Amino acid sequence: MAPPSPPAPLPPAGRARSQRRVPWRRRRSSPSRPALRARRLRAPHGRDCIPRRAPRPAALRPSMRRARRGAARGGCPRMPPRQREPRRGPGAPPRPAPPAATRPAALALVTLLSFASRFHRLREPPHVCWDETHFGKMGSYYINRTFFFDVHPPLGKMLIGLAGYLSGYDGTFPFQKPGDRYEQHNYVGMRGFCAFLGSCLVPFAYLTVLELSKSLPAALLTAFILIFDTGCITLSQYILLDPILMFFLMGAVLSMVKCNSCADRPFSASWWFWLSLTGVSLAGAMGVKFVGLFVVLLVGLNTIYDLWDLLGNLSLSLVMFGKHLLARVLCLIFLPLALYTAMFAVHFAVLNRSGPGDGFFSSAFQSQLIGNNLHNVSVPEHLAYGSVVTMKNLRMAGGYLHSHWHLYPEGVGARQQQVTAYLHKDLNNLWIIKKHDSDTDLSDPSSPVEFVRHGDIIRLEHKETSRNLHSHQHEAPLTRKHFQVTGYGINGTGDSNDFWRIEVVGRRTGQLIKVLRSQVRLTHVATGCVLGSSGKTLPKWGWEQVEVTCTPYLKETPNSLWNFEDHINPKLPNISLDVLKPSFAEILLESHMVMIRGNSGLKPKDNEVTSKPWHWPINYQGLRFSGVNETDYRVYLLGNPVIWWLNLVTIGLYLLITVATAVALKRGVQLTSELKELSRVVLHAGGQITLGWLLHYLPFFMMGRVLYFHHYFPAMLFSSMLTGITWDALLKFCAGFLSPSTTARKVYGGGFLALVLLILYSFYLFHPLSYGMIGPMASHPSSPMAGLRWMDSWEF
Amino acid sequence: MLSVSQRVTAVLFCSPRFRQASDRMLGFLKEPVVVTAKINVSLVALTVMGLMSRLWRLCYPRAVVFDEVYYGQFVSLYMKRIFFVDDSGPPFGHMLLALGGYLGGFDGNFLWNRIGAEYSINVPVWTLRLLPALAGALCVPLAYQILAELHFSHCAALGAALLILLENSLITQSRFMLLESILIFFILLAVLSYLKFYNLQKHSSFSGSWWFWLLLTGVACSCAVGVKYMGLFTYMLLLATAGLHFWHMIGDQNLSNVSLLCHFLARALALIIIPMGLYLSFFYVHLALLYRSGPHDQIMTSAFQASLEGGLARITQGQPLEVAYGSQITLRNVLGKPMQCWLHSHTNTYPIRYENGRGSSHQQQVTCYPFKDVNNWWIVKDPGMQQLVVSNPPRPVRHGHIVQLVHGITTRYLNTHDVAAPLSPHSQEVSCYIDYNISMPAQNLWRVEIVNRESDTDVWKTILSEVRFVHVNTSAVLKLSGASLPEWGYRQLEVVGEKLSKGYHQSMLWNVEEHRYGKSQEQKEREVELHSPTQMDISKNLSFMAKFTELQWKILTLKNEDTEHKYSSSALDWITMDTNIAYWLHPTSGAQIHLLGNVATWASANAAALLYLCLSLWYLLRRRRRIYDIPEDAWQLWMAAGGICGGGWAVNYLPFFLMEKTLFLYHYLPAVTFQILLIPVVLQHLSDHLCRSVLLKSMFSALVVAWFSWVYFVYCTFSPLTYGQPALAPAELRALRWKDTWNILIRKQ
Repeated sequence: MAPPSPPAPLPPAGRARSQRRVPWRRRRSSPSRPALRARRLRAPHGRDCIPRRAPRPAALRPSMRRARRGAARGGCPRMPPRQREPRRGPGAPPRPAPPAATRPAALALVTLLSFASRFHRLREPPHVCWDETHFGKMGSYYINRTFFFDVHPPLGKMLIGLAGYLSGYDGTFPFQKPGDRYEQHNYVGMRGFCAFLGSCLVPFAYLTVLELSKSLPAALLTAFILIFDTGCITLSQYILLDPILMFFLMGAVLSMVKCNSCADRPFSASWWFWLSLTGVSLAGAMGVKFVGLFVVLLVGLNTIYDLWDLLGNLSLSLVMFGKHLLARVLCLIFLPLALYTAMFAVHFAVLNRSGPGDGFFSSAFQSQLIGNNLHNVSVPEHLAYGSVVTMKNLRMAGGYLHSHWHLYPEGVGARQQQVTAYLHKDLNNLWIIKKHDSDTDLSDPSSPVEFVRHGDIIRLEHKETSRNLHSHQHEAPLTRKHFQVTGYGINGTGDSNDFWRIEVVGRRTGQLIKVLRSQVRLTHVATGCVLGSSGKTLPKWGWEQVEVTCTPYLKETPNSLWNFEDHINPKLPNISLDVLKPSFAEILLESHMVMIRGNSGLKPKDNEVTSKPWHWPINYQGLRFSGVNETDYRVYLLGNPVIWWLNLVTIGLYLLITVATAVALKRGVQLTSELKELSRVVLHAGGQITLGWLLHYLPFFMMGRVLYFHHYFPAMLFSSMLTGITWDALLKFCAGFLSPSTTARKVYGGGFLALVLLILYSFYLFHPLSYGMIGPMASHPSSPMAGLRWMDSWEF
Repeated sequence: MLSVSQRVTAVLFCSPRFRQASDRMLGFLKEPVVVTAKINVSLVALTVMGLMSRLWRLCYPRAVVFDEVYYGQFVSLYMKRIFFVDDSGPPFGHMLLALGGYLGGFDGNFLWNRIGAEYSINVPVWTLRLLPALAGALCVPLAYQILAELHFSHCAALGAALLILLENSLITQSRFMLLESILIFFILLAVLSYLKFYNLQKHSSFSGSWWFWLLLTGVACSCAVGVKYMGLFTYMLLLATAGLHFWHMIGDQNLSNVSLLCHFLARALALIIIPMGLYLSFFYVHLALLYRSGPHDQIMTSAFQASLEGGLARITQGQPLEVAYGSQITLRNVLGKPMQCWLHSHTNTYPIRYENGRGSSHQQQVTCYPFKDVNNWWIVKDPGMQQLVVSNPPRPVRHGHIVQLVHGITTRYLNTHDVAAPLSPHSQEVSCYIDYNISMPAQNLWRVEIVNRESDTDVWKTILSEVRFVHVNTSAVLKLSGASLPEWGYRQLEVVGEKLSKGYHQSMLWNVEEHRYGKSQEQKEREVELHSPTQMDISKNLSFMAKFTELQWKILTLKNEDTEHKYSSSALDWITMDTNIAYWLHPTSGAQIHLLGNVATWASANAAALLYLCLSLWYLLRRRRRIYDIPEDAWQLWMAAGGICGGGWAVNYLPFFLMEKTLFLYHYLPAVTFQILLIPVVLQHLSDHLCRSVLLKSMFSALVVAWFSWVYFVYCTFSPLTYGQPALAPAELRALRWKDTWNILIRKQ
């Protein structure tokens, strides 16, 4: 992270602050000259107040020096005009500067603590924890270049794979289930990478708050909250997508804030740097999880607000405005889009071997994967009677027509054999095409080949069970308005409900049917319904495969269209088919559709206890990362309750303060300049952060998919930043009411110290949650966590 | 009637006006009593036309039309006072429909089973359809008034009313026993009263009419929400508008803090507290009306069922309240999903090996059984004592007590142990213990935890207490897994001991439903006792709030399966009206009724909305650069009209994209009503501000007239499908199929 270019007003630290306060107070009460002189004498660093320019400390660190140069070049790291305006007599308070070394030292301290807390006991436990089983496995897939399917975009897993590759992990560990020991495999590289990104969150948050509130205590408070939150620590220590997501998310927020504070010198190098960094981080966030969309929204809203402001600035010509607009479009739309697409290009380029994810994608896509049976495929081109085929549903992520020996349970339509759609390749996906009226053995090599034509009436026999594809007027198991589809008959003899008319979309009668290419519709002859896949997942009795129905509503959707994928017919010559190679854009679209499907398919099952969004801010229930029993090494993802409840209370407090401030301003109450600045921080900076919190939290209430506790952590980052800003403002406000400066300073410093000590002590209490507990459960008095199970719903 | 031209002043008695306020008290002695009435004839005419268009031959067709089949059954249930739960919305709309039935003297005896079925003679079709038709008709004058209150010209207001009048879809929807027209009426009423209130605000705060309109806003809002939850969105819109207006008042330095507070309190009272109270009162009336048990009973908890006449109450009346050692009880699972069931056991044992090769304990099965059965009875036993009868005085079981549960018929003890359950291998098997003399000791102690307790010494109460059974040895919790067992378990539901009990879930809670104090120590006698019904006579009632919370919760959480319907559509289809709904088809002729909008109006409404959006954006950007195209007051008008009409459209339409339920075209009607109101707004704006010359103005007026005749023409063309008469020939029907996606029914000859 490059050192940020310094903003104009530097945050006051304890001592400097009180010195500023004294004269200001006195000036209000008795504006006498001796007082003013006294103030001047005591001004920090002996510098006088320079109204147009923030005072600079004499000690010049390199970063400071460069900033100064930038200031000279860019014209001004000055106050924006609005803040310069207030009438300031000769005795106006100076822009206070902190003691020269405070800020970088604070940043260094915060970063150091953050890294120490995240890297402490990183190797423990040396077995697979929670979702490492997924993401570690996916990292391995990248190393082995096998194709897989996941509901998240690829960047996060690619980075994990890369980290593993660089640190010498060879991709051979199977990551089968949580609790498997890593043994000799090198897993620390991947964990270390995640921990590294997770550690960066703290300095990011620190800098963001510093930039927004110009207050060192606020920034420090935020940093301490994040450093000592057990939840953040735990989530950063394992091979998960969350630290990567949050890294990009905070990166985007930080660069956005930095870019905003460069607003007074647009098109300068640092402005461009932060603007494009925002774009890059957005692409990163979107590339890890779709939740990144929320931060895109946040930045988008901020940009619109920004542009609106610029448009109202009449000193700016329309041409200049156009330049501003163009720069943002370029950096915040085109740049991220390009990066995002590039990510997928790399993803598809790396994963070029057939793997477990093939079945989720269309036949055309599969033909590109080395090792897939459609790769350089050579099959008989036209469908003939007696052919053995698999049929794939044409909806995105549609499955293969499938059947197995199991029957529909009692009460679900007729008790006949189940027919489903199945996403994986399997022998039970094979069907034989037969004529509807004759039962001659077509496998006899001497019989003549007869092709299937558009409009023919056929029978489909399931190869493994010799039952015919059958439908009748019983209601389908889930989609009650459709008809049930079953396997019926013995050894291929069924009844007239087994007849289906085969039609190709957009063809005339009599034409042949091509494998892979033709889009086929199967119409049930007796009832006139169309074979389709509803996309709903069957309950346990159906092995959670996808429902297949016969729909009487003849709507033209991909749900009711199929194509033939495998085709085996020994009597026909195999022809090398050039399957239509899908273009990159098509692949991109398809993989997104599949991901979205997959995401919305993660529905909670009946009777399953799921985490609800309202549980999260109150820290109602954690997640078990590792270990169940007393002898296990147990890690439990749970926020530090003191910190989380502090955050929760602060949100309420913040609302109160905001309403009070807004109403006061609207009523035209005269505020002192100090209070004005305070209210600006509360309304503007706090508002931005609150918006971020809302955007990362509220949408979960509308999501139908299964939710987990860790989904709240991005919102928690915002909540923590809000806590820092709010408490700082609140303490300043309270201190402002106390007249003797010493008391005010004591109140302010004491309040701050109390909060920090509270956080430290609670971390001391709860640290075993992150760093592991062995021994009796918390309910047992001899446990280290005894007495700390404050809520019954916590399980440690 | 206010603020419009073309007024006829009908003066009944002429006289000079009162001059002095002091004279008023005794004025009637000096002067004759005078009533001055102004009647807006156009408004009256619009109302009459509205009534005519909606009430004309209301009884036709005398058959069940579309969703009447759905709402009709609720009307019948109201007439018979039988309790039901309808998850589609709150009860106020249903009650209004039932009011129609009540006025017509309907006895509720009609089988609502099929669309198109002829009504029998006892069904008062006219009164049943009257209220929705009246509500639909009154929307016409309401539209006029809303535009007038938005300070648009009489002409624009007239246009809006006529467009609503000639909107085929609104007519169709109003003429049958359906809720949308009532909903639209209340929505429009709420908007109108708020506008009236707001216009009075400037001159006469806290006057009588100010209060009247403010209160009416709240009342209309809660009625709208009470009819359908869709009304909530308009309510929110009005709350937001009120909030915005109040925010401007805060900035007004002329108002003192006290009067500001008064204003705030008045609004909070009228717009929040009164609507909430009214909403509660709908449920109060609903529950007061429906006191008999009925087909939906089993959705509710035992306590609720017991409060209804008949049904469970007949069984549970007079049961002892406190469960004591020796009590005979049935235990119902609180979740009620996938179906209600009771803890059950029978002599069959778990198979030694399951299909997948896993082994079991081979002890007696424990399941959850969805029917009443003698095998559902259990006896609460004190582990320290042998007796199975209730001592005198009874020793009640309290929270935290440890008990054994004895199965009444087989006298085996409820047990769980470290054996995987048949279908949920992560949980423990629950069985009734059979001692096979192998190293598997009985572990049959359970701790009773009352979840909804008030104190830690609460007594376990029949029906009221929701109880968790925690196994003493393994701290597993007795839970309904929801899976149904295979053949060997008679497809009953699986019960397991959940070790990883993740917090609170209803599947782990049980409540005592039937209960009596056991008296027979002998097994034979006890069997007889178990077979006999419970009897004793004390009744017990739930408070209204408890009933309300439960019913409200059930309405909100009860999920009908999202089924595809032949006429269901997606929200995107509505804008362009790519879909229709066939409501009714004459059994023999081609006469039919469709929900089909006026194509001309819908297209114009879309155009108007688009134009409004573009113009607003244009003005807004230009204003930001300090270029003012239109005068400030015209801009305020334009924004206000857009906020109400465009906002109304947006809040009533956009939420459907987030909903995961079956959607129909009629869901769009509230939104389209608002969209139609936008047409005259845009037209007047165009003529006032964009047609600069007189020539342009008159050309524009001519265009508007031509366009309006087109609207009228389309209305006439489709009116056979709106009113269901006259019957059209197949060729005519085919000609009406203007879009390929419309589903117009043509009989094969």
